Amino acid sequence: MTSLAAPAQPELVEPSAHGLHEVFRRRYLLRLLVRRELNARFSGSLLGMIWSYINPAVQIFVYWFVFGVIMDMQRTENFPVHIFSGMVVIHFFTQTFNAGTQSIVRNKQLVTKLPLPREMFPVASMLVSLFHMFPPMLMLAVVCVAYGWTPDPVGVVAGLLAVVLMAVLGTSLALVFSVANVLFRDFGQVVTILTSVVRFSVPMIYPYTLVDDRFGAEMVGAYLTNPLSTAVLLMHRCFWSGTTNNPQETLQTHFPDHLFERAGLAILASLLLLVFAQIFFSRFEKRMPEHL
Amino acid sequence: MTTSILVENATKMFTIHYHRTLKQKAVAMARRDTLKEHFLAIDDVSFKVEQGESIGLMGLNGAGKSTLLKMVIGVMKPDAGSVRTRGRMAGLIATGAGFHPQLTGRENIFLNAAVLGMGEAETKRKLDDIIGFADVGKFLDTQVGHYSSGMHARLGFAVAIHVDSDIFIIDEGLAVGDKRFRQKCAQKLEEIRVEGRTIFHVSHSEAAIRRMCDRALVLERGRLVFDGEVEEGIAFLNKGAELDPAFTEDELGADI
Repeated sequence: MTSLAAPAQPELVEPSAHGLHEVFRRRYLLRLLVRRELNARFSGSLLGMIWSYINPAVQIFVYWFVFGVIMDMQRTENFPVHIFSGMVVIHFFTQTFNAGTQSIVRNKQLVTKLPLPREMFPVASMLVSLFHMFPPMLMLAVVCVAYGWTPDPVGVVAGLLAVVLMAVLGTSLALVFSVANVLFRDFGQVVTILTSVVRFSVPMIYPYTLVDDRFGAEMVGAYLTNPLSTAVLLMHRCFWSGTTNNPQETLQTHFPDHLFERAGLAILASLLLLVFAQIFFSRFEKRMPEHL
Repeated sequence: MTTSILVENATKMFTIHYHRTLKQKAVAMARRDTLKEHFLAIDDVSFKVEQGESIGLMGLNGAGKSTLLKMVIGVMKPDAGSVRTRGRMAGLIATGAGFHPQLTGRENIFLNAAVLGMGEAETKRKLDDIIGFADVGKFLDTQVGHYSSGMHARLGFAVAIHVDSDIFIIDEGLAVGDKRFRQKCAQKLEEIRVEGRTIFHVSHSEAAIRRMCDRALVLERGRLVFDGEVEEGIAFLNKGAELDPAFTEDELGADI
């Protein structure tokens, strides 16, 4: 058939749309994907959502028992709160990173057959982890109240900043590693190791002051450039500092100077990383279908 | 006339890696074996489809039909050349993909509809039609994991066929469900054709192409070797192939 039709018209476009903005545009689908994960996780179990409370409760108990009772780390007040407030955000981060890295491989049925913005899957992993953070966060608040804590506005801001920081950083890394994992499944293994190391790189199961004592001031500077440390300290500012006997003194001695400035910088750096992650993702994404 | 699908000099190359791990690669290199090979899945293909046309894409297994289809729907990008389309695309591609076995049929309708690009309001408006079409009865609120394969496929079809679009894609393998359901599908597809939507039909079934399409494309090892009348296209495809007349398409089981 020979056609005499007009040449290509402006509305003719490349059939697929990509990018994080596209994920935002299709947020109804994103919501359903997140709900699918949340609903499916505990389906078929009798206790259902209660499991998401039991799991952190057991963890907090074990950490407290091993590090607080057996090893008797008396130098830190309210050690269970110290550990657990850090663990809540670190767990959020490692979940985002791990699940996000696997997300595209796990959804290959959709990825290889339908034109969806593929950033959808790492972002959905982050949101699922975010939802799973609420039960332990609530339990943490209850424990803190039992220790005599009352929330203060600055602390709440610190907590929110910690969550935002982990969300942005986690999404950036999940974007990069989800593509890398499609090209070489080795990266999934790397991420598993990284996330298990991460919990020891932050002042969670040891106090921040210990770093100063052991390694001196220069090393502290390097240690604090780790945004995960910043997030944990922000969480300590939110929950733990208020449970100590003398919160003012705790703030003076157990926290670095300029905590909020550090947080702001860390968030800015993470946003920049997110931009690079998006560029990286777009660049390697088109090689994805043949590797799945 | 408006152009609906415009493919210009599209080329897609795949790389076959013969070895996966570093160790295997090292051994192969020592032996001077080939490590990888490139092949052109789609080789400089150009064609244009006008709005309202009904195109049948044919070719033997491995001719590049699926790759071309993936480029048209946007799952793959061509390495060279361009593929452009106008308007919303939907169709019978990967029906039921993304169904979650632990969610109910109803929940999966919403999820799958969203995956295929429908909004909440649109899904709700069409929900009764979709449910009626899928005809899974009381199992609608049962987990999809417990469905029979026929029910699973019917539910996927029912959602996919109700998505509004300018271009309707049909991937082969329509032979799902019992005769009654297949008739229902054929009827619905006929409606879609009459509505003036562009149809892009990938199939091995000559009967389906004859009934649905008014133009045929034939791919052979990645190259577009025929573009024209349906009957000529079918003859072109069968040329040289020695087919046993004892096996008619009917006996082999055609799509729909």
